[in-house]
Amino acid sequence: MADRHLEPDTPELRARWGGFAFTPEWEAKARAAIARYPEGRQRSAVMALLDFAQRQIGEETSTQGWLPIPVIEYIADYLDMPVIRVLEVATFYTMYNLVPVGKFHVQVCGTTPCMLRGSDDLMDACYKRGMTKGHTTDDGLWTLTEVECMGNCATAPMVQINDDNYEDLTADRLDTVLDALARGEQPKAGTQEPGRHTSEPLGGPTTLKEMVTENHDYRGEW
Amino acid sequence: MPKVTVDGVELEVPAGATVLQACELAGKEIPRFCYHERLSIAGNCRMCLVEVKPGPPKPQASCALPAGEGQEIRTDSEMVKKAREGVMEFLLINHPLDCPICDQGGECDLQDQAMAYGRGATRYEENKRAVTEKYMGPLIKTVMTRCIHCTRCVRFSEEVAGVDEIGALYRGENMQITTYLEHAAKHEMSANVIDLCPVGALTSRPYAFEARPWELKKTLSVDVSDACGSNIRVDSRGREVLRILPRVNDDVNEEWISDKARYQVDGLTRRRLDRVWIRKNGKLAAASWDEAFDAIAKVNAGESIAAVAGDQLDCETMYAAKKLLSAKSSSLLEGRQTGMDYDTSNLAAVNFNSTFAGIELADAILIVGSHVRWEAPLVNVRLRKAVKNGARVFLVGPEWETTFGGEFLGEDLSVLGDLPSHVTDAMKAAERPAIIVGGGAIAKGAIPRALALAEELGVVKEDWNGFNVLHLAAARMGGLMLGFAQKGGLADIVAAKPKVLLSLGADDVDYGQFADSLKVYVGHHGDNGAHAADIILPAAAYTEKAGTYVNTEGRVQFAEKAVFAPGDAREDWTILRALADALDVEVGFDTFEELRAAMIAEVPALGVEGLADYGALPAADKDAKASGAIAYPIKDFYLTNAIARASATMQRCSAELLHGEDLAEAAE
Repeated sequence: MADRHLEPDTPELRARWGGFAFTPEWEAKARAAIARYPEGRQRSAVMALLDFAQRQIGEETSTQGWLPIPVIEYIADYLDMPVIRVLEVATFYTMYNLVPVGKFHVQVCGTTPCMLRGSDDLMDACYKRGMTKGHTTDDGLWTLTEVECMGNCATAPMVQINDDNYEDLTADRLDTVLDALARGEQPKAGTQEPGRHTSEPLGGPTTLKEMVTENHDYRGEW
Repeated sequence: MPKVTVDGVELEVPAGATVLQACELAGKEIPRFCYHERLSIAGNCRMCLVEVKPGPPKPQASCALPAGEGQEIRTDSEMVKKAREGVMEFLLINHPLDCPICDQGGECDLQDQAMAYGRGATRYEENKRAVTEKYMGPLIKTVMTRCIHCTRCVRFSEEVAGVDEIGALYRGENMQITTYLEHAAKHEMSANVIDLCPVGALTSRPYAFEARPWELKKTLSVDVSDACGSNIRVDSRGREVLRILPRVNDDVNEEWISDKARYQVDGLTRRRLDRVWIRKNGKLAAASWDEAFDAIAKVNAGESIAAVAGDQLDCETMYAAKKLLSAKSSSLLEGRQTGMDYDTSNLAAVNFNSTFAGIELADAILIVGSHVRWEAPLVNVRLRKAVKNGARVFLVGPEWETTFGGEFLGEDLSVLGDLPSHVTDAMKAAERPAIIVGGGAIAKGAIPRALALAEELGVVKEDWNGFNVLHLAAARMGGLMLGFAQKGGLADIVAAKPKVLLSLGADDVDYGQFADSLKVYVGHHGDNGAHAADIILPAAAYTEKAGTYVNTEGRVQFAEKAVFAPGDAREDWTILRALADALDVEVGFDTFEELRAAMIAEVPALGVEGLADYGALPAADKDAKASGAIAYPIKDFYLTNAIARASATMQRCSAELLHGEDLAEAAE
């Protein structure tokens, strides 16, 4: 997240995105998001709308989408709020891309638990495919970002690609996932550990074993 | 009224007070960066940590913690000392050690508090963060590496100024304060963020590297750039005024001043009249005081002498001119340069009666012909507060960008004769309704109609007078109190065809009307008045003389002299005193004290600091009519007076902020 910056506001950018408007499909979702809040509090929907705009741009460019300055201004205008407030939100959250990204946004978690479980290997696997941090590959397929904790520490290391998490990775397993994506397939999301369903302990519970079969009362044993 | 104990001393604090306020009431100093009395509470700098029982066993941010019954607060414990040292150490991690080249040095909160509450030495050896500079316009210089993210500037622009333009982008260590896409901050109060900034991140661009605060002589004065009478501090070194800062006065300017009041100072050293000039054969030629006085005496005007007061005059100058004229048996005094001729027999009818602090409490406000943001930026701040408290605002006049919403009813004054029913209903239902009549409406003679409206809508109640006239000239109320008004306005003076016309810094008069008069300009800047003058007598600007000023509320305030006038220029009253000798008349004062005493003897209200009492509003003429399209008198906020017009800073503001010119530095 260290390298986040805004795409410069150039005449070309204005020419390309100045006419942005929600398509009817996204417009309906935007209206629904605004309707969740009391009248006059439409600003509360800013995060949803920024996401919708990003996704619409993703569809238009068959990438993961991003938020050019004119689009941020469009959202500000849409919600009748100062554009600087929208920009604050857009720059705060890393889920909003401030620069164009590729078809697959590979977000490798590098925080301590993942790092201890081998996220450096995952990074190397990505580098081998020609990805560099904060950049999109020339074929427009991959964008690599190192991110902070995504909350999957029990199944570390993990990578988030687009809207899916891939967990319990090794360099090989990540290669399999990336290959499948490149072929246009949709690999199984979640843990990649054979025999594991979600984040349950491998090889059965090691603590609170009595709780497996009954609602055990531990209080007397403390 | 909860009772709390601060460092073992029990005291009662007002309900709703915070722990920080309780500590201050107990006389304890609490260090802080983000907390500011006039802004919302952010609680993000953590410098104000104190120990509070009952509560979690850790230090608490006192600025955001309500004081509760029975709290035991400690500001002197070991825990508090360590907490402050810790916070300070974290703040200093990314703050550069560049105090020697920082303009805030010597008046820096971080510097002072690091000395008082920080550790003796640093333990930090890593690289510091660096942040790129942000362009914030011609007035605000930024060194964003110094920013400690207190967000005072963000809160000021959103809450007080009402123009959301500064924000905090990114987050955590990467957080950066900036205006949107680095556009210049475009409002009339923008430079107040410089005072608010507790470090040297936002400093004054025109004043950059000019002086250190301890070199400056501080003089208490009153601003004359508008009729608000903002309380200012004039900082000078030697004979030059280097900067102007606001003083705290809750009744007038709280602690803000407009950018014009702050930055017209560089105009004080430019285009100055610093010697006597006499027009010979159509051209001005340098002359001596004696020659000039002889030339005036030679006209032998007798009682055919008139005086027109400028907009920035102090009462003493006007009184001296009045005495001089009355010694010549003339009463041709006028201060309303543009020819306004409203009735001045009852000054309550031309006064801002609700007071600035009072207008905050109004719950329905009708603004007639006033571009408040430009005519009185500080009143605009109050109006915004009123609206935040639930007031409804209706405006008559061409639309301008308000910072408080409001409903524009139309551009023509005839609207006043036929207000929409929802407006009259709102005004009549209001507990404290107010009418503000501004420059655009006064010029069209709308005051009688406004008075009638005030009666119809009942804006005067017990303990509440909501009838307000917002003047533009700092000298106006003082001038009216001293009788600088003819029944027919300036036209009466023109009709009298005076042989000698004393122009006391009057730059807005159409001097073509006085083609046959000997025009003597007593003023400080080579502006419109001097261009038309036959004789120029160089005088002192507002920083160069002591004086009494009356603002549009009728508030009498005293200003002190900061520096001497340049060259041959003299304080205005001494010029008029010498002129009395030249004209061979007696004015009855030889010193400034005698002059002031004589003035107070004649108008006692001018001797008492505070609001002058003008009594009740006059009975309104119910049939008064007003019509005509309103045109606001101020065309360019930054260039409204001779000093501002001479100021390079104000010219640049005008070009860049109002006329959108790209300047070299903006493109950097």
